[in-house]
Amino acid sequence: MPQKLDYLRESASQTAGPYVHIGLAPGAAGFDIYEQELGWDIAGPNATGERIRVEGVVIDGIGSPVKDVLLEVWQANANGHYAHPDGGGPVEDGFRGWGRVITDFETGEWAFDTIKPGPVMGRNGRMMAPHLNLWIVARGINIGLNTRMYFDDEAEANATDPVINLIEWEKRRATLIAKRSERDGKPVYRFDIRLQGDDETVFFDI
Amino acid sequence: MSQETKPKSEAEFYQRDRRLHPPALTPDYKTSVARSPRYSMISLQNSISEMTGPVFGHNDIDPVDNDLISNYAKAGDPVGERIIVHGRVLDENAHPVRNTLVEIWQANASGRYRHKKDNYLGALDPNFGGCGRTITDENGYYFFRTIKPGAYPWRNWVNNWRPAHIHVSVFGSGFVQRLITQLYFEGDPLIPLCPIVKTIPDPDAIEQLIAKLDLNSTIPLDSIAYKFDIVLRGRRSTLFENRLEGN
Repeated sequence: MPQKLDYLRESASQTAGPYVHIGLAPGAAGFDIYEQELGWDIAGPNATGERIRVEGVVIDGIGSPVKDVLLEVWQANANGHYAHPDGGGPVEDGFRGWGRVITDFETGEWAFDTIKPGPVMGRNGRMMAPHLNLWIVARGINIGLNTRMYFDDEAEANATDPVINLIEWEKRRATLIAKRSERDGKPVYRFDIRLQGDDETVFFDI
Repeated sequence: MSQETKPKSEAEFYQRDRRLHPPALTPDYKTSVARSPRYSMISLQNSISEMTGPVFGHNDIDPVDNDLISNYAKAGDPVGERIIVHGRVLDENAHPVRNTLVEIWQANASGRYRHKKDNYLGALDPNFGGCGRTITDENGYYFFRTIKPGAYPWRNWVNNWRPAHIHVSVFGSGFVQRLITQLYFEGDPLIPLCPIVKTIPDPDAIEQLIAKLDLNSTIPLDSIAYKFDIVLRGRRSTLFENRLEGN
């Protein structure tokens, strides 16, 4: 008889459902319960680097904004280090690198304030262009969707990014690039995520 | 601890077995139709971006955040079946996932959520909020005290009812382990009828989401216990170098 491998199997994913806010952002669901909600302050006051705002909307296959999404972001600091024991180096006091936001119930717009990350060391010594790792859950999404957001003013770094270059279809690479503009003197990056259709955002199996 | 049971931290995670997870497009769960990508995902080998993830500590949460019977009580205890939900967070190697954040949310005993978008006629409970969180200990162990949630109707087919369930969110040590799932209760006849449960193609994977009645942990004359272990992705022992950086 062949030997049996004794690994466990990962618990299966299920949708976060329409009321994900109760658990992960109760203030937004309309009630106060915790002393502090998690995920509002991504970079903290001591982080170096450019302060930026990132905003967008998640669009479904009909072309309509999805109004019950929860997004999480995971990013490096300006030196390309993550706030983790294996993060590549030290980070500033208070730099968490993780954030959690929900969409506006009426418009579907989401936004967060953070700092622009630096380039990160990738596999085999190849540098990855500055990017944010995003994770999206909502009603109708059975398993969280992973994507990356890159910056349109980093064209040179993006051109050699090992992950962007894995995407065979050059046209699809553009779905990962956020567009920079200025509002009240502050940089804003626009990143709309299309779940389905012609300009469908690239999602990763990480 | 031996080298074998403590892999070097830079070890890559096992690939996710997408055959046990629900696919994106599951038409019997109607909302998935317009919210599922049509193109294939691009598979990535792990880099530091995926292998790291947020670290939480006891400063982030309040010790009573795991007690849903008391954490929103205003003028008395909430109404309903008093239960304890407990278990371990493990990885696929059966190693404990230590010091990781576990968050839950649920309806009350009537099947009503404390959410401004929920207009089900099941009554709100003035003493029940429905959310809790905790951090696993050195053995990956966690527990919550709560009220068993009720089933509730939802607009999918005209007469769909969700089985009693608690939503569960877990982090692990790397962003690749991030998982949201749902806990169901042993013996609930609504489980096999639910289009959301049935998005999972693998019967054993469904079984793994069903918390078991645990009489040994039940507190006599106080609370019934259910045991629910959560498994996150494991990481490979570094028998050979991964060469994540450098050459």
